[in-house]
Amino acid sequence: MKKEALKAAFPHTIPVMTGYLFLGAAYGILMNTKGYGVGWTLFISVFVFAGSMQYVGVTLLTSIFNPIYAFLLTLMVNARHLFYGVSMLEKYQGTGKFKPYLIFGLTDETFSIQCSIEAPEGIDRNWFMFFITLLDHIYWVVGSVIGSLLGYIVNFNTEGLDFVLTALFVVIFINQWKSTRNHIPALVGLLSSIVCLLIFGQDSFIIPAMVLILIVLTIFRNKLEGGMEE
Amino acid sequence: MTLTPLQALITVIMLIVGTVLTRAIPFILFPSNKKTPPFILYLGKVLPYSVIGLLVVYCLKGVSLASSPYGLPEAIANVAILILHLWKNNTLLSIGAGTIIYMLLVQNLII
Repeated sequence: MKKEALKAAFPHTIPVMTGYLFLGAAYGILMNTKGYGVGWTLFISVFVFAGSMQYVGVTLLTSIFNPIYAFLLTLMVNARHLFYGVSMLEKYQGTGKFKPYLIFGLTDETFSIQCSIEAPEGIDRNWFMFFITLLDHIYWVVGSVIGSLLGYIVNFNTEGLDFVLTALFVVIFINQWKSTRNHIPALVGLLSSIVCLLIFGQDSFIIPAMVLILIVLTIFRNKLEGGMEE
Repeated sequence: MTLTPLQALITVIMLIVGTVLTRAIPFILFPSNKKTPPFILYLGKVLPYSVIGLLVVYCLKGVSLASSPYGLPEAIANVAILILHLWKNNTLLSIGAGTIIYMLLVQNLII
C-alpha cells in the first residue's frame, strides 16, 4: 500500500527535486558564508521548510537581533501561504493523521503539485499526498545540507550569491505576469512597495507596504473581481 | 555571525512559528463545515501577485541609484533574467544564469 503510493507520487515530484536541490544547495552555501554551519542549515531546513522565507531569514540572522520584526516579516513573506491553505481546505479534508504534516509542508512548490494532481485509481490518496510532501521535504533538506558541506570544501568567492533570492522572485514575478491578463494586482504590489520604500526607507517599509496593498486591493475589489480569470 | 547562538535560535523559532501559523490559520479559521467568506477568496486570488511584487522590491531595497555602481549590476542581471526567461522559459536556467551574471559583475570580472 505504502510502496505503491510512493511509486505513484515520485514522478510528480521530479521537477521539484531539481529545483529544491539547486536552491537548497545555494541556501546551504549562503548560510555557510554567513557563519552558519551545517547544523544550523539542517535544523532550519527541517523545521522551517520555506524556501524564500529561509533566504529572507539569512538577512535576519545577519542583522540586529529583533525577534518581533522577524516574526512579523515571516507572516508578511508567507502571507501567500494563507491562500494556499484556503485553496486546500477541501482537498486536505479527511486526511486524518497526515493532516498536520501536510499543512506544515505546504510550500509553494508542494502546493503547486498537490492542488493539480490526484492520486491514481487504486492508490491510497492520503499516503500519496503524504509522500509528495515528504519527498519535497527530503529534497530541500538534502540540497541545503549538500550546499552547506560544499561551502566547507570548496572555497570560492561567493560575493553576490545573495542575488539568487532576487532572481527567484523576479522569475516567479515573470511567470505570474504571463499566467494572467490582469496585471493590476502585480502592479499594485510593485508600486505600493516602491512608494513605501521611498517614504519610509528600507528598514521599515514592509509593513506600510503590506497595509497599502491591502487597502488598494480592497478599494478596487469590484473592478478586479472576475477579471482574474485566465 | 552578528547574533549570539541564543539570539539566532530565537530568530529561527520566530521563522518556524510564523511559517506554521500562515500555513495552518486557514484550516483553523475556515473549518470544512463552514463557508469561506467571499472577501477571503478574493484576496486569495489577487494577493499572491501583489506579494511577489513586494518581495522583488524587498530584495532590491538596498540598491542605490545615486552612487556607484548606480544599480547597474542589478539592472543588467535582471534584464538578462527577463530576456532568458521569455526566451527559454526555464526557471532554473534563468535563476542560475542571472545569479552568475550578477556575481561576475559585482566581483568586477566583467566590467
